[in-house]
Amino acid sequence: MEYAEDTLLNIYEKLVLIRYCEESFVDPILNGEIIGPVHLYSGEEAVAVGVCAALKKSDVVFGTHRSHGHFIAKGGSVRKLVSEVYCRDSGCSKGRGGSQHLIDVSAGMLGATPIVGGTISLALGAALAASLRKDKSVAVAFFGDGASGEGVLWECVNFASVKKLPIIFVCENNLYSTHMSIDEIRANRNVYETAKSFDIFSKQIDGNNVLDVFETAKLAVDLCRNSEGPCFIEAKTYRLRGHVGPDDNIQGTHTDIRPEAELESWKKRDPVKLFEEYLLTAGIGREALDEIKNRAGLEVKAAVESLRETQKPAGKEELLKYVFR
Amino acid sequence: MSSDNRKITYARAINEALKQKMRSDDTVFVIGQGVKSPWYVGHTCADLIEEFGAERIIDTPVSENAMTGVAVGASIAGMKAVAVHPRMDFMLYGLDPIINQAANWHYMFGGGASVPVVIWAIINRGGEQGSQHSQALQALFAHIPGLKVVMPADAYSAKGLLVAAIEDPNPVVFIDDRWLYNNSGEVPEELYKVPIGQARLVKEGKDMTAVASSFLLGEAEKAVNQLADEGIEVELIDLRTIKPFDKEAISKSVKKTGKLLVIDGGWKSFGVSAEIAAWISSECFNELKAPVFRLALPDCPAPASCDLEKEFYFDSFTIISEIRRIVQQ
Repeated sequence: MEYAEDTLLNIYEKLVLIRYCEESFVDPILNGEIIGPVHLYSGEEAVAVGVCAALKKSDVVFGTHRSHGHFIAKGGSVRKLVSEVYCRDSGCSKGRGGSQHLIDVSAGMLGATPIVGGTISLALGAALAASLRKDKSVAVAFFGDGASGEGVLWECVNFASVKKLPIIFVCENNLYSTHMSIDEIRANRNVYETAKSFDIFSKQIDGNNVLDVFETAKLAVDLCRNSEGPCFIEAKTYRLRGHVGPDDNIQGTHTDIRPEAELESWKKRDPVKLFEEYLLTAGIGREALDEIKNRAGLEVKAAVESLRETQKPAGKEELLKYVFR
Repeated sequence: MSSDNRKITYARAINEALKQKMRSDDTVFVIGQGVKSPWYVGHTCADLIEEFGAERIIDTPVSENAMTGVAVGASIAGMKAVAVHPRMDFMLYGLDPIINQAANWHYMFGGGASVPVVIWAIINRGGEQGSQHSQALQALFAHIPGLKVVMPADAYSAKGLLVAAIEDPNPVVFIDDRWLYNNSGEVPEELYKVPIGQARLVKEGKDMTAVASSFLLGEAEKAVNQLADEGIEVELIDLRTIKPFDKEAISKSVKKTGKLLVIDGGWKSFGVSAEIAAWISSECFNELKAPVFRLALPDCPAPASCDLEKEFYFDSFTIISEIRRIVQQ
């Protein structure tokens, strides 16, 4: 086996934890318990998990509107994430952020915010900070294919290349920018090819194969640590849920976006299932996987149950807290 | 050697603040267009690259959105960036990192992180430069919760406010007017701060209060001094900080004089002068002997023709006639 069993099982556990966490939100969204917009990461877990498995705790990541997965993969607390999605004062952003504003500085999750492309330059700033401090840490900017339409992405890739900054641009290409398919919004659907023109390492990979992602991320991290960055990774993937909320955006339903056959074919390539199959083939026993599933299920359940002891921040005094430090 | 009455230019005062802060704090760096040039940003960055190197004095491509974001991101990650925009108009490409990200950051993460960045914007106007090379946008930034906005009027407060802005744990928009750069004033050699949020009483008077900031403070001072010769005693306040503005200093003065003129170098509608006038009108309603008056730019883009510029901008003469009119009310 190419990998230590621990490494593989840790990766599996993160994949499952994210999936369980995401799916735990479905009913509460539908019954109105969760009010704010929630962009589920189900189906894309391998990207966050594969990249973060290649990082150290001291490396930092920035995310997007769809960042529950980045938060958990980087080591953020599931309980704080769940609390935040329910806008509780025990959440990672004390109920001021909700699902779209996630942070866990101690885990190196420096911030996820929902302006498309808005955190890419912030991650670049963190990479510049690392380079000024010469601390050999790496910054990762996660963003979607929609962000490839923002000029700031290419300003950032250019500056990162000019200054050889230790940043990995990770484009999670799930083929849809909200309701627009990639071919409707880009002249060239291969985002990594655009990045290549800035004279940097740039590669398109199967974003549903967690080991592919892990291997490419390790290579990119090494390049960045050796001052041979920046790097660009385009991970092709697909969301099993829709753009926002549990709706899967199938054509013919009210959101009417994606062909049903397309979703069905991607379901066969569910990253959690793919990795399970790999692990079983590699000789890991089903019991070990069941134990992990069980543990992940309990962790999510405990996080949801802990909501009973929490409340939403309320009142005028709470409202005006935190405008300034 | 005593430095008590040493005089240096406004531009040199900024340069000195940057040098002294960069010497005393390794996390401070400067990023923006023209910072490696001795002249591009009006000599404010002269000699910096020689002393601190290209790593900490980062001249950039014309990519205001990304470069402003880099400054914000580096500040999130533990540095203190000073991001300079040699022309405020071009800074509009960088509104997302300033307004969506930096201003909201501390609040939307429940205090989990703050952004100690300085966004340094230079108003560079006049000389028939026209609409996109002239704008004074302090009101735009003062509107945003989570941003502080300062506008020094002289060399002393330029140095002290820049030091305070760099040391502040929140995002601060430091706006200066290039017309001030060659003005000289007394500036202590040592590092000092002008506290953000505090106005300065420039001159005491009993007949009315005038509040001004940045370049127009000098014009107001000229006006007030000339009127003093006529026996009109105007109390003049240098605002120094646009947001949060010093409510106590202004209301204390207006409660004494009963009249207020607010002078601002931005547009009149929905601007800094509107905010201060509205606030004082309710705070000091019983003490006011006349409505609050405002002098600010007319609601039109900056023209190019120098004859139109004379109509657009105003100076001490306009201020004098406005004060005379108010005092006679």
